Amino acid sequence: MNLNAILAIYRFELGRTWRTLFQSLATPVITTSLYFIVFGSAIGGRMAEVDGIPYGAFIIPGLLLLTILSESIGNASFGIYLPRFTGTIYEVLSAPVSATEAVIGYVGAAATKSLILATIILVTATFFVDYSILHPFWAAGFLLLVTLSFCLFGFILGVWADGFERLQIVPLMIVTPLTFLGGTFYSIDMLPEPWRTATLFNPIVYLVNGMRWAFYGTADVAPGVSLAATLAFMAICLFIINWIFRTGYRLRT
Amino acid sequence: MDSVISIKGLRKTYDAGTEALKGVDLDIRRGEIFGLLGENGAGKTTLIGIVCGLIRATAGTVTVDGHDNVTAYRAARARIGLVPQELAVDMFGHVRHTVEFSRGLFGKGRDPARIEEVLRSLSLWDKRDAKIGDLSGGMKRRVLIAKALAHDPDILFLDEPTAGVDVSLRRDMWALIGKLRDEGKTIILTTHYIEEAEEMADRIGVITRGELILVDEKRAMMEKLGQTRLSVGLKAPLAALPPALDGLPLTLSDDGLTIVHQAGGEGESAEVAEILKRMIAADIDIATVDSSRSSLEDIFVDLVGGKRS
Ligand SMILES: Nc1ncnc2c1ncn2[C@@H]1O[C@H](COP(=O)(O)OP(=O)(O)OP(=O)(O)O)[C@@H](O)[C@H]1O
Ligand SMILES: [Mg+2]
Repeated sequence: MNLNAILAIYRFELGRTWRTLFQSLATPVITTSLYFIVFGSAIGGRMAEVDGIPYGAFIIPGLLLLTILSESIGNASFGIYLPRFTGTIYEVLSAPVSATEAVIGYVGAAATKSLILATIILVTATFFVDYSILHPFWAAGFLLLVTLSFCLFGFILGVWADGFERLQIVPLMIVTPLTFLGGTFYSIDMLPEPWRTATLFNPIVYLVNGMRWAFYGTADVAPGVSLAATLAFMAICLFIINWIFRTGYRLRT
Repeated sequence: MDSVISIKGLRKTYDAGTEALKGVDLDIRRGEIFGLLGENGAGKTTLIGIVCGLIRATAGTVTVDGHDNVTAYRAARARIGLVPQELAVDMFGHVRHTVEFSRGLFGKGRDPARIEEVLRSLSLWDKRDAKIGDLSGGMKRRVLIAKALAHDPDILFLDEPTAGVDVSLRRDMWALIGKLRDEGKTIILTTHYIEEAEEMADRIGVITRGELILVDEKRAMMEKLGQTRLSVGLKAPLAALPPALDGLPLTLSDDGLTIVHQAGGEGESAEVAEILKRMIAADIDIATVDSSRSSLEDIFVDLVGGKRS
């Protein structure tokens, strides 16, 4: 195991965050705060409880995921896309570094960033709503799992992308809409058929509900199903990354 | 001879269908400076890319110090430092950090003293905290060299190290490369500047269109393929070569004003002297004497040109 290489990549990637601290941390915090103000306070003030949870608190798990998913994908994809774009990737490819080590370095750094962000968002939320987490360990574990999965997914995107537009398109066109439609702001039981059933095909529903169960003990989907869905997603990502390195796809000609 | 890199039957066909290497065999000797010469698109960068692990070979093997560069890539790559042709640098990074990063990537622990030594040897110490994007092109290239040296490799690949570098910096670069060789490193460099290969390399390989058509000691190559050319300008035109010069490989120009002697290799000066002696004895009025030895450049153009036609 080339530990020094993992550390070098990890440090380098976190260093990049440090240089762009404002974009990296402030922007998502401001966005989340706006959601709390608009949905939690302004609209939530006029809404009844959902599943016995005050609306402001109800949306926290979904909002948290909304930011973590897009930030994880964004950071991880950018982390590997940028050296491909500038050509500096040559160094990683010519170094005695295995695929696993490179992925640990890049994905580990992106995940660290996301987890720091999650902490900041949860702290920010306390300024807007009263809430407490029912299963903190499950919440932390689930957050970690989701973060890692989506950082892996971002890594794949960063290898696949051949332009900055492509880098943006998946988070903007797929992940964000799915998150909005995935029960972040409502319980899917509030939807009429056939929308309720259609929603069950949205994978984000399982993530949001898994998180909500960890927070408040209630969810539209059984927590075991949520966990299984997340693990399956992670397994698919790992499989694809393994394929990327085995074939050299877009990395080694 | 102790070979440090051994390349056998190396082929590369890119996905687009370009056959960049058509079966290259090459052994690099420990401690030598090997110059790889070839025109644009000859396959130099492809060859280096395969040895360093950036490009997958279509066929063939590469061993570095006995380690196969695919199955034992860690051992093989740890011995190599690469300075790429393109100036690929992290524009927002800082000089010292980027060199430390390289050292870590190759599995070595932190060593500020060694980093300082490398930066000093490349006259980059004053710039250690500068942003790489703010450096000049020549400095950026030196940063790339520093990165390649950061993990103390035995073998250094320099893909066109002096492209876009001014004359005085180029001299500095040559001095640096000479110093590295004196430290015992094996150096493989590619260049378009033939004078550079002539100046630096111990052995030279000529690659054209994916084939290594010649590998030889630089001196032997110049002797075997080099030409001495003597041209004597005359005051009055001659209709034909005088009988006194019979038996010598001479030609008379069409206007009858120049006699040209052309011969291969070394040890021709005796013949040159003989020609001049006989011409003077035959009372031929000499206006000018011009003698030149062909450079590696001429040899190269001949070789590659011959291959093409
Ligand atoms: N990534 C690639 N995909 C497809 N073809 C490539 C690729 N890289 C190089 N080639 C082709 O392979 C051939 C050899 O290219 P290579 O870069 O090895 O040449 P070179 O000798 O380094 O040339 P130069 O002196 O211009 O740097 C060229 O025909 C080139 O177009
Ligand atoms: Mg090249």
